[in-house]
Amino acid sequence: MKILSRVYMALIFLFLYAPLIIMVLFSFNEANSLSNFTGFSLKWYEELFQSEEVLDVLYNTLILALLSSLIATVIGTAAAVGIEKMRTRWLKSTVNTISNMPMMNPDIVTGISMALLFAFAMKLFNMESIFGFWTVLIAHVTFNLPYVILSVVPKIRQMDRYLPEAALDLGCTPLQSFFKVELPAILPGVLSGFVMAITLSLDDFVISYFNTDGDFQTLPIYIFGMTKRTVTPDIYSLSTLLFAGVLLMLILSNLLQSHAEKKEQQRANAMRRQARRKTEGGRK
Amino acid sequence: MVIQKEKMNKKRSFLRTAAAYPHMVWSALFIVAPLIFVLYYALTTEDANGNFQFSWSNITALAGENYLPVFFRSICFAIVATAICLLLAYPLAYFLSKCKVSSQRMLIMLVMLPMWMNLLIRTYSWMNILETNGLINNLLTTLGLPNAKLLGNGAAVVLGMVYNFLPYMIMPIYTVMSKIDPRYLEAAADLGCNGRQTMLRVVFPLSVSGIISGITMVFVPSVSTFYISQKMGNGRFEMIGDTIERQFMSNYDYHMGATLSLVLMVLIIICLAVMNRFGEEDGGVLV
Repeated sequence: MKILSRVYMALIFLFLYAPLIIMVLFSFNEANSLSNFTGFSLKWYEELFQSEEVLDVLYNTLILALLSSLIATVIGTAAAVGIEKMRTRWLKSTVNTISNMPMMNPDIVTGISMALLFAFAMKLFNMESIFGFWTVLIAHVTFNLPYVILSVVPKIRQMDRYLPEAALDLGCTPLQSFFKVELPAILPGVLSGFVMAITLSLDDFVISYFNTDGDFQTLPIYIFGMTKRTVTPDIYSLSTLLFAGVLLMLILSNLLQSHAEKKEQQRANAMRRQARRKTEGGRK
Repeated sequence: MVIQKEKMNKKRSFLRTAAAYPHMVWSALFIVAPLIFVLYYALTTEDANGNFQFSWSNITALAGENYLPVFFRSICFAIVATAICLLLAYPLAYFLSKCKVSSQRMLIMLVMLPMWMNLLIRTYSWMNILETNGLINNLLTTLGLPNAKLLGNGAAVVLGMVYNFLPYMIMPIYTVMSKIDPRYLEAAADLGCNGRQTMLRVVFPLSVSGIISGITMVFVPSVSTFYISQKMGNGRFEMIGDTIERQFMSNYDYHMGATLSLVLMVLIIICLAVMNRFGEEDGGVLV
């Protein structure tokens, strides 16, 4: 049984990783081929960094990811605080359902619905073209929002709810109480939401695809264009880089999380120790 | 004094809910309004002057031979892919939940990791493996075997879907399985269940909620994908996603595209509703 389960797990992991291994391997291929590996070389990476187009696209993607995640994190964190405080049941659940919609809907529906909105606005204001950086930015903020909210809300629930009240009673203004007391308490959730948003934004193809024109390209859109032509290994080196970037973000977010957990653990331990000392003192 | 304090509290809680207003405005503008536009475009057509006119013609066109086979094909492919994912993922999730706790976290990371490679690339990489002069066929040639045509058939499309969405099935099933109290299994064994009976009567019923969320998480992207079927099927198997993409990107018929998206949405809402129903019933039995 044990051997069987090991073999099964190994086979599934092989299945999951085969394409990735092939991609990374062939990005270092010497020859211009995706099926015969002739030798190790970095020439596709070199070519990548010499192409102005690629650097342009890379720049677009990074700016878009950072900006959209930043906006989504600010709006989303505020929203999480507000939603948690809502008293009216139906309002709360309506807001939650609506903000989760981009997560439930298939990407293609989210992408197209926004494209229709923009197309209509374009018609209404008689504009030449509205599609480009701004439309993609709005789309990315929209699909990032629910993920930020989902990672902040649990932290707000875990927080001692008397903390902000105490701050207010001690003379903080509501804004001060938020920035000095609440934000530090929910910061791990805010950060992991931010990192999550960056990775999603870096990875998104479908929604950007329907909401941009030919001029503003992100990496996944550029890759899509490449797969339509004859493909050379540079597409693999590009994806390897993209993957490495996302991987770095994930490791970072994991470290942040485990660091926060450790701190939490230490605090809990300290409190337990204190409590024990007290009870022991009482017995004496 | 008390009244004053109450007033202050009211003001504070108002201020706090106000923090959600930017988000609410954003959602209204960019989530609700776009969905209304889907409906609006689906129920209108454009005349020669570019004015919109109300019409059912998009909806009635759905029943025509242009679209019915596409829907049927999409749903069939998605069901097959979901079923295969379930068959592959269930044992894996079970084995994962039986691993040492310290290594579980690592293994789960490994399951999720490929998801962070761009879907386009993952699919493209499979094309390389399966192509006429791809890796598998190269291997066959060196072994002196005849080449096989592995790309451009239904199986390749299903393979693409299974590969890309398998982790979505593994994760929720693993999550519920890792929460099953091992004492239940011991109790079942003590009460005379053999391995198979424990599996069927204890583990399976307790993991139904994970299976259900796994099914929805695989079915939704499978039924709406457009890249996988184009690439793995050499464009021979048009699915709803492909049709929508074509309407938007080459036919510029936004109205028909919106209608198809509407259908996709309705389809998925139905699917979610059915799945929720199953989940609830199951919960009721368990409690």
